[in-house]
Amino acid sequence: MPTSREQILTAVRANQPPATPVPQVKGTWIEYDDIVGQFCGLLKSIGSAGYLVDSLDQINATLAELPAYQSATRICSLVPGVGDSSVHLDSLARAHELDQLDIAIVNAELAVAENGAVWISDAAIKYRALLFMAEHLIVVVPANGLVPHMHAAYDRLRLPEFADGRKAFGAFISGPSKTADIEQSLVIGAQGPRSSAVFLLR
Amino acid sequence: MSHATLATEFVADRKRAAWHDSALWFVRSKRDKCAQALPEWESLREIASQIKQHTSSRLAEYLEEFERNATANGIQVHWARDAAEHNAIVLRLLQERNVKLLAKSKSMLTEECHLNPYLEKHGIEVVDTDLGERIVQWRNEPPSHIVLPAIHIKKEEVGELFHEKLGTIAGEFQPEYLTEAARVHLRQKFLEADAGLTGVNFAIAETGGFVVCTNEGNADLGASLPSLHIASMGIEKLIPKLHHLGVFLRLLARSATGQPITTYSSHFHAPRLGGELHVVLVDNGRSKLLASEEFRRSLNCIRCGACLNTCPVYRRSGGHSYESPVAGPIGSVLGPARDAAKNASLPFACTLCGSCTDVCPVKIPLHHQLLAWRKELADEKLVPADKRFAMKMAGLLFRSPWLYATAGRVGRFALRFAPRWLVYNRLNGWGRQRELPPAPKKSFRQLFRERKK
Ligand code: SF4
Repeated sequence: MPTSREQILTAVRANQPPATPVPQVKGTWIEYDDIVGQFCGLLKSIGSAGYLVDSLDQINATLAELPAYQSATRICSLVPGVGDSSVHLDSLARAHELDQLDIAIVNAELAVAENGAVWISDAAIKYRALLFMAEHLIVVVPANGLVPHMHAAYDRLRLPEFADGRKAFGAFISGPSKTADIEQSLVIGAQGPRSSAVFLLR
Repeated sequence: MSHATLATEFVADRKRAAWHDSALWFVRSKRDKCAQALPEWESLREIASQIKQHTSSRLAEYLEEFERNATANGIQVHWARDAAEHNAIVLRLLQERNVKLLAKSKSMLTEECHLNPYLEKHGIEVVDTDLGERIVQWRNEPPSHIVLPAIHIKKEEVGELFHEKLGTIAGEFQPEYLTEAARVHLRQKFLEADAGLTGVNFAIAETGGFVVCTNEGNADLGASLPSLHIASMGIEKLIPKLHHLGVFLRLLARSATGQPITTYSSHFHAPRLGGELHVVLVDNGRSKLLASEEFRRSLNCIRCGACLNTCPVYRRSGGHSYESPVAGPIGSVLGPARDAAKNASLPFACTLCGSCTDVCPVKIPLHHQLLAWRKELADEKLVPADKRFAMKMAGLLFRSPWLYATAGRVGRFALRFAPRWLVYNRLNGWGRQRELPPAPKKSFRQLFRERKK
C-alpha cells in the first residue's frame, strides 16, 4: 500500500495543470511623503501610539507619563536602558508565570508605515509568550528600520535564527489585540495586550 | 434541506434579517475604503491571483519542497488523505502526550473535518479560543461566517449565554464587559492547556514555515504556552516564496475586515526550545478539485470572507442556511465539489450579480463558477424536477418565435384579467414575496412596429 503521502502527491501530480510562470512581485507601490507621520497616524487609528525619539531618556520620560506604566508593578524590559525591570525571564520556571505581567518592553527590527506593524523576533526573547501575555506592549525600533510597505519589509527581513542555527519565531504585530466578535463592536484588548506603543529611535 | 427552505426561516424574522444585512454591509464598506486607499490594489489582486495559479500548477513540487525545508527546521510533517485520517493523526499526537485540554484557534479546516466532536468523543476537552468561536461552540452551533463566526448573534444573546456559562451579571450585554469576561475565562484555559492547535493562512515552500493571522492574540497564546503545537492545513495553502507574503498580507485583512493588517501575522518556522511543532497536510478532496479546469481556481481562496460580506443573498439569508462549513459564494462553489447531491441547491441561491468576483482578492471568477455548477448539476439530474421542467419549457419557448409571441399575448391578457388566486398561488414560488409589475397592453414588438411606421 502506498503511504498517504505518496497517494496525495501522485494525485496532485496527475491533476495539476500545465506549469504557469512564477509572477514577478513588481509594481509601483504606495510611498509616503511623511513616512513617520503616516506610521504614527496609523497606529493612532488602531488604538496604539507611535513616537519619534532621539534618546532612551526620551523614551523613559514618555513612559513615565503613561497611566499604564505609572500603575505597573511587574515590568519586563529587554531593552537595556529603558524601563525599570522587575521581572527577569531567566528567573522564571516557565512562560506561564508571565500571566499578569503589566508591561513588556522589547526591540523590533522593522516598522511598516502602511499598516503600523513592527517585525519582532523571539531570537533574543527566552519566552515568546511575553509578547502576548503582557497587559501592555512597548516596542523600540530603530528609526531607519521604518519602511513604507510590506514589500520593502520582506526585502529587508531575514528570518531570525538562534545562535545555534535553529530558526526562531517572528511576527508582524500591529497595535494591541482586539476583537469585534460581539455585534461588530470593536473592543481593544481581546486576549493579548490591551495597549501598545512604538518608539522610533533615531 | 435546500438553501431556500432554510433561508425562509431566517427571513421570517424581518428585523433580524435586516440587522444581519446591515452588519455585513458595514464590513463590506470598510473593505472598500481600505482597498481604495491603495492605488496598487488591482495590481496586487492580479499578482496574488497569478501566484496562486502558479502554485497550483506546481503544487506537488512545492509540497515536497515545503516538507523538506520544514523537516530540516525540526517541524514534523504529516499527510492526511481525508478528514478521518486528519482527525486520527491529531488524536494520536494528543493521546501519545496524554493531552487532556486542547486550546484551539480558528481553523476552517477543522470545521470541515469535524475535529471537535471527534476529539470530545475520545475524552479530550477542546476549547475554541477565538471569542466568536467560543460563543458558537457554547451554543452548539457551527460558525456562520468564515471570519466572523458569531455575526448572526445579538449581544443580548451573548450576555445571556455568558451569564449562564461564566456567571456574568444578568442583563449585562456591553461588548466590552463580555469580552473582558471571556478574556479572563480563556486566559485560564490557556494556562491549563496541554496543547495548542492552530490553522494556517499561508505556508511557504521556500522556507518550510507558515503564517497565522489573527487579531485577538489567541493563536499565539495557544502556540506559545503549551509545549505541543499542531497546525492543520489544506494542501492549497502553500505559496512558493517568503516575499510573496508581502502581496497576500496586504490583501488579506483589507479584504476581510477593512483593516490594513491583522494585529498578529505570526511566522512559525520551528518548534520552541523543548517543544514540538507538527504540521498536518490535508487533501480531503483538494487534489480531485485540482483536476477540474472549471473549478480548480476555487482552491486559490485565502478565506478572507469578502465575497460573503458583499453577497446580497448571504447577507439576507445567514450563514447557517448554507449548511456547509464555508458559506456564501465560495462555499456554494466548494460545497457541491465536496458533495454534489447534498449541496445542489447552493449554486442556485445566487443572483449572478458578480459582486463576489469583483471583491475577491485572488480574482476567483466566483459567479462564473456558480453558473457552471448549475449546468453540471442539471446534467447530473441533481436539480429538482419542477425546476428542470420549468427550464425545459422556457427552453422550448425561447426557441420558437411563434410560441414566444403567443405566450406573451396570453400572459398579458391573463395578468390583466385573471383572478388573483390564479396568478399568486402555491405553484408560483416567485410570487410569494413579490408582486408582478402591471402587464403592459402591448408587446415590445408591437410598440416597435408602430414606431417604425
Ligand atoms: S473566494 Fe475570494 S473573496 Fe471569497 S473568501 Fe475566498 S479569497 Fe475571499
